[in-house]
Amino acid sequence: MFDYIIRRIFYAIPILIGVNLITFTLFFVVNTPDDMARMQLGIKRVTPEAISKWKQERGYDKPLVYNGAEEGAQKFTHTIFFEKSTAMFVFDFGRADDGRDIAHEIKTRMLPSLAIALPVFLLVLVAYVTFALMMVFFRATYIDFWGVVLCVALMSISSLFYIISGQFFISKLWHLVPISGFSGGLDMGKFLVLPVVIGVISGAGASTRWYRTIFLEEMGKDYVRTARAKGLPASIILFRHVLRNAMIPILTGAVVVIPLLFLGSLIAESFFGIPGLGSYTIDAINSQDFAVVRAMVFLGSFLYIIGLILTDISYTLVDPRISLE
Amino acid sequence: MTFKPVILWTDALIYLLLVVVIIFAWYVRRNEHLLAPWRRVGHSVSGMMALTVLILFISIGLLDTIHFRPSVQANGSTNNKIYGVQVLSLFDVIATPLRINIEKTYSAPFATHLYTRETIEFSEGKQVREFPRLEFGGAHLRNPEEQFVADVTWRTVAGLSLGLFVWSAFVILLVMLMAYRSGKEFMQTLSAILRNETEVPWNAVFRMLALIFSLLGIALSLSACYHIFGTDKVGQDVFYQSLKSIRTGLVIGTLTTLMMLPFALLLGIMAGYFRGWIDDVIQYIYTTLSSIPSVLLIAATVLMMQVYMETHPELFDTIAVRADLRLLFLCIILGVTSWTGLCRLLRGETLKIREMEYIQAAHSFGVSHWRIISRHILPNVMHIVLIATVMDFSGLVLAEAVLSYVGVGVDPSMISFGTMINAARLEMAREPMVWWALLSSFTFMFTLVLSANLFADAVQDAFNPRVRTLSFINRKIVPR
Amino acid sequence: MTSLLQIDNLETILHTGATPIRAVDGLTLQIQKGETFALLGESGCGKSMAALSMMRLLPDVGEIVSGSVRFGGEDLLLKSEASMRSIRGKHISMIFQEPMLSLNPVLTVAEQIGEVLRRHFNLRGVALQERILRILSQVGIPDAARRMTEYPFQFSGGMKQRVMIAMALVGEPELLIADEPTTALDVTIQAQVLELMRDLQKQKGMAILLITHDLGVVSEMADRIAVMYAGEIIEMAVREDFLLSPSHPYSQKLFAALPGRAKRDQGLAVISGNVPSLSSKFIGCRFASRCEHAWDLCRTTAPEWSTVSADHQLRCHLYNKDSGDNIQHRVELGKSDTRVVPVSQTSIDNSKLLCVTDLKIYFPIHKGLMKRVVGHVKAVDGVSLSILRGRTLALVGESGCGKTTVGKSILQLITPTAGSVCYDGLELVGLERKRLRAKRAEFQIIFQDPYSSLNPRMRIIDIIEEGMNALNTKNDIGVSKEVRQINFSNGEKVDVLLKRVGLPPETKWRYPHEFSGGQRQRIAIARTLAVNPKLLICDEPTSALDVSVQAQILNLLKELQQGLGLAYLFITHNISVVEYLADEVAVMYLGRIVEHGSVDEVLSNPKHPYTQALLSAVPVVKLESKREAIRLHGDLPSPANPPSGCHFHPRCPKATPVCSEVYPEVTEFSATHTARCYLYEQPSPS
Repeated sequence: MFDYIIRRIFYAIPILIGVNLITFTLFFVVNTPDDMARMQLGIKRVTPEAISKWKQERGYDKPLVYNGAEEGAQKFTHTIFFEKSTAMFVFDFGRADDGRDIAHEIKTRMLPSLAIALPVFLLVLVAYVTFALMMVFFRATYIDFWGVVLCVALMSISSLFYIISGQFFISKLWHLVPISGFSGGLDMGKFLVLPVVIGVISGAGASTRWYRTIFLEEMGKDYVRTARAKGLPASIILFRHVLRNAMIPILTGAVVVIPLLFLGSLIAESFFGIPGLGSYTIDAINSQDFAVVRAMVFLGSFLYIIGLILTDISYTLVDPRISLE
Repeated sequence: MTFKPVILWTDALIYLLLVVVIIFAWYVRRNEHLLAPWRRVGHSVSGMMALTVLILFISIGLLDTIHFRPSVQANGSTNNKIYGVQVLSLFDVIATPLRINIEKTYSAPFATHLYTRETIEFSEGKQVREFPRLEFGGAHLRNPEEQFVADVTWRTVAGLSLGLFVWSAFVILLVMLMAYRSGKEFMQTLSAILRNETEVPWNAVFRMLALIFSLLGIALSLSACYHIFGTDKVGQDVFYQSLKSIRTGLVIGTLTTLMMLPFALLLGIMAGYFRGWIDDVIQYIYTTLSSIPSVLLIAATVLMMQVYMETHPELFDTIAVRADLRLLFLCIILGVTSWTGLCRLLRGETLKIREMEYIQAAHSFGVSHWRIISRHILPNVMHIVLIATVMDFSGLVLAEAVLSYVGVGVDPSMISFGTMINAARLEMAREPMVWWALLSSFTFMFTLVLSANLFADAVQDAFNPRVRTLSFINRKIVPR
Repeated sequence: MTSLLQIDNLETILHTGATPIRAVDGLTLQIQKGETFALLGESGCGKSMAALSMMRLLPDVGEIVSGSVRFGGEDLLLKSEASMRSIRGKHISMIFQEPMLSLNPVLTVAEQIGEVLRRHFNLRGVALQERILRILSQVGIPDAARRMTEYPFQFSGGMKQRVMIAMALVGEPELLIADEPTTALDVTIQAQVLELMRDLQKQKGMAILLITHDLGVVSEMADRIAVMYAGEIIEMAVREDFLLSPSHPYSQKLFAALPGRAKRDQGLAVISGNVPSLSSKFIGCRFASRCEHAWDLCRTTAPEWSTVSADHQLRCHLYNKDSGDNIQHRVELGKSDTRVVPVSQTSIDNSKLLCVTDLKIYFPIHKGLMKRVVGHVKAVDGVSLSILRGRTLALVGESGCGKTTVGKSILQLITPTAGSVCYDGLELVGLERKRLRAKRAEFQIIFQDPYSSLNPRMRIIDIIEEGMNALNTKNDIGVSKEVRQINFSNGEKVDVLLKRVGLPPETKWRYPHEFSGGQRQRIAIARTLAVNPKLLICDEPTSALDVSVQAQILNLLKELQQGLGLAYLFITHNISVVEYLADEVAVMYLGRIVEHGSVDEVLSNPKHPYTQALLSAVPVVKLESKREAIRLHGDLPSPANPPSGCHFHPRCPKATPVCSEVYPEVTEFSATHTARCYLYEQPSPS
């Protein structure tokens, strides 16, 4: 087990290096720092001095991968690649355009993101599995049929619609909760209700339908027939036999996103004014703050890889057939 | 009016896609075993109704794809025609009144007056702040307060009867064609349809068509004199914008798949078939790509593309070309982030197929690898590709709206559902609220995505593969 | 004596596709207390659906339309689902064909058995555990106390079926329905399971409804037998009557189609045509279209039950005393045409065609941080064999013994780890791809599963032409030596080939899914013949087929061998096929050949204890009663970690201490007959 986890972490390194190379290429090779400077400072009136000042402030004035002007190892360390890309492996993300330390920002913004992502994650699992189980229990009846119809309709609606109409009706028209904003402490609740509810509803269609398919597939398996031949009632078959088997793909599929919960949700956070990582990213995109976007890309894939490792571990916990060998 | 045809990049690719679809359809028609699952699609009521709607959307999109630049009346000079910088489409020409009837700013649906007060100066020098009449919307009414209801009612009835008339003509034509092809009597065919005894659910399709034609007729007759969905900030007709958005949605939904398909197919099959180090390399590539959260990868790439376009303005001669190229890049980027799922799926399927005994038989005949791939493996994974394509479509249309909202979607000058929502969202706080642009774009998008989903369901049921593996396709392309 | 179960006129319909399928069409039978009643039929005859109907366990598409199932005087079909649940598992239990799929993978064995006890006996706690332990020991699970907390995947196939039996019997049912309980198991394991079922029946006195396609199993187990064909029972008799004088033409054919040593010099009887589709409504006798004795009456009127003796009834007009015109037809009955194929023992050239020496195929096991190779699965561990031109070598062994791997590595579909494969003087191992390809036409393979051996997306003509095009064979197709001279176009070649394997040439435009299993296997044979091979490797080509279809394929293979002088490497686990077809036999156990010799030597005078056990485990269709099989303990060990010394010693009834030390040398009993066993004199080391 321990051996296996070490091996998985070992495998993750080349992937992180790959991600690092991709971001480096995207941010520094496709467009040179000069291009970015010109873009930031306005295309028309821009002087070479301004450009070099801009670059210097951000440390973009060094060569990309090889610095001929330096001595020894510094030929490689005094480069953009080393200082900006390699540094990310130790979570040194540099500074944003507004001069703040990105790593620090990430640390402080993680919790608000988690505050809406975690409840959504948990509620989603419980609600969707319950709903899907209900449809399967009443399969081939009108409940099942209209349930599926509802799912298809729900998944055809843009998530933006849920947010906008939710804000409009619940906050603006009926003044039930504030439209947007965030605060710590007990007050947090009233700001979180709406984004969490909308988060749960907006994914309901696709996931519930998928869970239903998994359950139905399990229902068709031979061991269900065996269980029926033993004289067990339908409820025991569904909850004891089918649910246990179906939860394997559902749970392990959910585990992979757990680390990503820290990243928050881009759209919801920006709509509801929650100072999490999602809105941080959106702001960075809108103000074209490349350093922040780059940091988020790296952080995102780092968390995803952790998610993959957790998935593998979770398999061994829920599925007796799999041992980490 | 003379014109110069313009083929934008996305146009060319749509034509290519069209050719591919036609060749595919022709090939399928000739092969009974390929046709059989499509027949099953044809028997699905919801699928065929959805397809009817989709065909309407696709026709609008195609009309909007034929682009040209009209000539501008050059002052006096004879042969030397100058073409305007504005690129128009055939659809623009058909919808000319909608396109050029631009008000000053916001106006509500069916409004005859502007949505904001303006100071109007009378000749006596007296100034009054009031809602001025619209330049075009309801301009033919002398006294809107009294005439409005009667006029709208009359026009609705006229449009409805026109729609139903065209519908009945269309249906009669279609039934005649069917009767001719099956060699039966007209009445016999018609009564079979009425009694719902046909294999393809024509009854439902005709009812759907009736609905479509009536709505079209009403919209046509009303939109000639009113802005039926209101106007936006710069006074442009929202109905026109919604219709224009269809093409953008279709392009994103289809071209993305077209872009990524070759990669996913080639790499997925190669990884599964050759295994060994080829498999390792391909797996590494897609694991790396898919480990970056897709929305962040898209954002980063689009940002970089934006920088590139800003710093190289000389590459694009018109705004349309620029917006189009940006749309194409968006498709490519979406393709890059979404091919990994299909690739993984194809790799898994190929791993299974390569162990099939007919592949081993081919090996024992010494059949070459590429021949085995093209004759044995490719045809046996095509149903997965097809289902992935139709299932991805709706997700991509929805993704476009989100991405445009985030600011990494299509060019702001390109009309799309995303840009419409984004623009309207800014007016959310306004009192009273400007709701019509949002409602209109959401309605159109919902109709398009719902029909795509229903059709995709019909296709998936008909091709009836292992449901489970393919459910993974139905993932969120852009996470919430 | 009242019967335990009385089924009257049961009709079950499956709503799949456009037309409903009448899976069970008027089934009537009685099962007495304590007897074993066998329902015999080929695949698709509705026997499993009949069993599921009795238990009311049909899939969602199934519907019982009419009839009654009386159990202890009550009609089960009228019961509510809730009261039906107290019947299932308590009064009637069921075991299924696939033990690996029929157990819930994520619940322990004890939990799954415990459910029955909790449901029907309301047992809890220690009493429950004790009861589970007792039943597991009863079904012969060693170390039951420890194993009861394990999951099904930790059990072997045979052990899983024992668990299934334990689960079915723990409720002490009066009737056990066993749906092909041993079909997925190897012969030696099958013998164990059948013996267990017999023992438990003796102890508990329950009745068994045994559903099977295997005449051998029927003859070993059954007290009474019903033969099912196309949804209805066509003959019902007590065991002795049925084995002595099967009366329905279909039953007779089933017996005649069984391969065996006695039939070596003749063709097997075949039933022409295919099983009729159950979606159509039958007018006359269901078997009429395939029956050699059918006359007009058979096609227009469905036969009623006729009685041969008190314990023997059947549905056939031939036995109907009231219809007068059956006499003339009846005369012919009994001397059915077993077409005698002239066997030409004039094998021209008996030189060695293929010579395999010390073939080893190891699959590495990777483990640890750097995926180090920590061991090998020794799938094939030093196999030597040779095949003469125009002769058949049968490679016999149970699943997992490596016989298929041998076949594929001879074709170089799997690269051998060591050893040599010498075809006609040419060493194939390590031969460069191009030169190997030039030789490929000479040796071909026929696979086990006719459903996966043909590409579903290709037409028959493309399938057959593929090999011809790839290997660029000119005109010498495997038709016969005389017509080889004629110049054929590719299309004509396909026609000739299809005719050769007994299919009409028009079929070449169709796709594989339109053919039945047997027809597909013919197409697969035609595909290999297209390149004119000299050696055919037949990898269990008939094990997925029904007996009557198997006979067709075996006849075809025999004909082709005589006509074309083909050599076969016949890989199988079916001893009766070996008896019928093979010249030589090699018996394989865990990657090694333990005994080798001519078919008579090995089968009539087996030397190796494994061969003896294997032969005794095969159920035989014989009247004299159920003889004792040599019972083997345990299961096939893993080839990743084979036992030391003789691989067979842990299971061998005659093992001595030396067996676990060194692998025995070859003992020669005759020029052809060899075995590796310490029971016999070891050659002195030279």
